[in-house]
Amino acid sequence: MSIYIDEEKCIGCGRCHEVCPGTLIKIDENKKAYIKYPKDCWGCTSCLKECPKNAIRFYLGADIGGKGSLVHTEKSDGLVHWIVERPDGSTTTIDINPKESNKY
Amino acid sequence: MKTEKIKTDLLIIGGGAAGCYAALTAAKKGELQILICEKANIKRSGCLAAGVNALNAYITEGRTPQDYVDYAKKDADGIVRDDLLYTISERFNEVTAHLEKLGLVILKDENGKYVTRGNRNIKINGENIKPILADAVKQAKNVKVLNRVNIIDFSVHNNRIDGAYGIGIENDTFYAIEAKAVIIATGGASGLYRPNNPGFSRHKMWYPPFNTGAGFAMGILHGAEMTTFEMRFIALRCKDTIAPTGTLAQGVQAKQVNSLGEVYETKYGLTTSERVYGTVTENLEGRGPCFLRTEGISDAQEESLLKAYLNMAPSQTLRWIENSTPAHENVEIESTEPYIVGGHTASGYWVDTKRATTIEGLYAAGDVAGGCPQKYVTGALAEGEIAADAAVEFIAGEGSTSELPENEVVDHFDEVSKFLQPKKGLYTTEQLEEAMQTVMDNYAGGIRTNYRFNETGLDVAEKKIHKLQELTDHLAANDLQEVMYIYELRERLVVCLSVIAHLRARKETRWHSFAENLDYPEKDNVNWKKYVNSKLENGVIKTFTRELTAEGQKTYEHLH
Ligand SMILES: Cc1cc2nc3c(=O)[nH]c(=O)nc-3n(C[C@H](O)[C@H](O)[C@H](O)COP(=O)(O)OP(=O)(O)OC[C@H]3O[C@@H](n4cnc5c(N)ncnc54)[C@H](O)[C@@H]3O)c2cc1C
Ligand code: SF4
Ligand code: SF4
Repeated sequence: MSIYIDEEKCIGCGRCHEVCPGTLIKIDENKKAYIKYPKDCWGCTSCLKECPKNAIRFYLGADIGGKGSLVHTEKSDGLVHWIVERPDGSTTTIDINPKESNKY
Repeated sequence: MKTEKIKTDLLIIGGGAAGCYAALTAAKKGELQILICEKANIKRSGCLAAGVNALNAYITEGRTPQDYVDYAKKDADGIVRDDLLYTISERFNEVTAHLEKLGLVILKDENGKYVTRGNRNIKINGENIKPILADAVKQAKNVKVLNRVNIIDFSVHNNRIDGAYGIGIENDTFYAIEAKAVIIATGGASGLYRPNNPGFSRHKMWYPPFNTGAGFAMGILHGAEMTTFEMRFIALRCKDTIAPTGTLAQGVQAKQVNSLGEVYETKYGLTTSERVYGTVTENLEGRGPCFLRTEGISDAQEESLLKAYLNMAPSQTLRWIENSTPAHENVEIESTEPYIVGGHTASGYWVDTKRATTIEGLYAAGDVAGGCPQKYVTGALAEGEIAADAAVEFIAGEGSTSELPENEVVDHFDEVSKFLQPKKGLYTTEQLEEAMQTVMDNYAGGIRTNYRFNETGLDVAEKKIHKLQELTDHLAANDLQEVMYIYELRERLVVCLSVIAHLRARKETRWHSFAENLDYPEKDNVNWKKYVNSKLENGVIKTFTRELTAEGQKTYEHLH
């Protein structure tokens, strides 16, 4: 379980670095975020929800059954869109309304 | 490394659920200077980082706080403190109302009443519960937050706390903090035992891997009395992702079934430990793997599940999307490695009703405080409130700061500097951590032995843990973050010794799996309806028993 940061998209704002509960993300001298301790990621997804550029993707390690899909979030119209991209290019999106309670 | 000396009235160590709420409570009480030291950033730190799925502890209509006490007591088979459970239960609804005022979304029916889930839960959108608390703390007057400051030791003289020492893991600073009173709220301990997936996904565990038992260890080393470390918590989770199962069980009434499709949960009982034990036993007897039966749920139910998990354990939703969804495939379950966590089971500081520990001026709240299982998030907030009230009262009465002795400040600075050496010993912190987890797994009732242990094994574990403690003296680190990793390892080793001592002390098996003592496989109500407590004396953890509080007892005071 870990994250993947798209260098192209990252603007070095440092918000992911600020929120990570494990202090695992650092900003390098080129103002790009990177995960310094990938094996220490808890998978809380705080960093990706925080990223203004949707640069952070999260995946399941192969050791826990990951199959190479990446998930990230985008926000618009008061909704959080969770977008899963599969290795074959297909995607699934689930929209969450933060103002709505869980049904369960 | 710079040194910064700080003076404050109330120091709160750990800005999680309990710590944040303690700060909010104390801030309302006048002009105190309050300081939170948090190893991460309070916006997304601790258990609440990813979000929570429900408020698990609430007094629903027609029920009373005493009903909650009775429930938690039954689940722990009697080894709880009535006064502690009662005082949190009284406050569940008040802290919930406060959370709603702060912005937490809680589901209501057409009459404006909270919608319940089962007898004790209410439904929420808990994804942003931590940012909500953090925002409130930021707005509170007189509260200062030092993020990325990891506390490494208390300063205690004549059994009275005077402050603490810490390291700024990103600003290369050593902190010496003087305080009139201290609230410890560092949560419980994960990472003591070899986890389910020790490789790349080793940190995909239930309890936050960053809650390393610092609060327990610092207290133990300064002679605080601790309770019930033998009542380990083992979570029953969705396989691999270690996502919660309660939402499936309560949300779509999914039953636990074995590989033959038989519902087995009723066979073993429905307490938290019995559910784990049932699954372990089904596997051992060849009827595994086990599942939660979700096949056949409706599309609407499935959609709600996928969404609910995104708000608290997104990896499970990803897992479903990558593989097969719950309507089409039952969800495999497994039990985790054991954790020490006072919010689920009863391990932690031995406190009085006001959450005063046995060290004067030190109060404990949340997962670090013992005697009070099933407190969950609302109970952690309630304890934060109770501890803050008591600490404020203490400061008004006899609180004064006394300067931290210079030689002690220097010793702590030197210890940190000693680790900050380029010289590399033979072993790394990571290697020793793995060694510790392997020892606990093999000899102290980890996953490998299906949580079972005997005294001979515990003796071996104890010797090996001592040896590892010696090896930590030679560890080296490149920066203060890596120094923190060394301290975390040392804390965990101390907690391991306490767990071992407690497991050995309780000569019965009261809770299957949580403390499955093969030398004493039966429950013994005649001799062991007691608390097992402990205290460090001359460098050795000494265990002893205390009588249970009386049925319905509302207060408990330490006898000094
Ligand atoms: C995955 C998960 C899901 C949960 N889901 C629910 C739920 O749905 N409903 C519910 O009611 N309850 C839930 N709980 C329980 C609830 O979250 C906890 O009981 C509660 O958060 C405990 O509060 P705490 O303050 O004791 O610990 P935490 O909230 O974890 O806070 C401890 C804080 O101390 C900091 N810290 C640790 N060591 C140090 C140090 N040495 N120096 C400085 N800071 C330090 C940590 O970074 C952290 O911020 C869940 C728990 C977990 C782990
Ligand atoms: S998912 Fe959580 S633990 Fe992992 S890098 Fe992001 S913020 Fe840190
Ligand atoms: S939050 Fe996003 S944009 Fe900002 S530093 Fe992190 S990855 Fe880069």
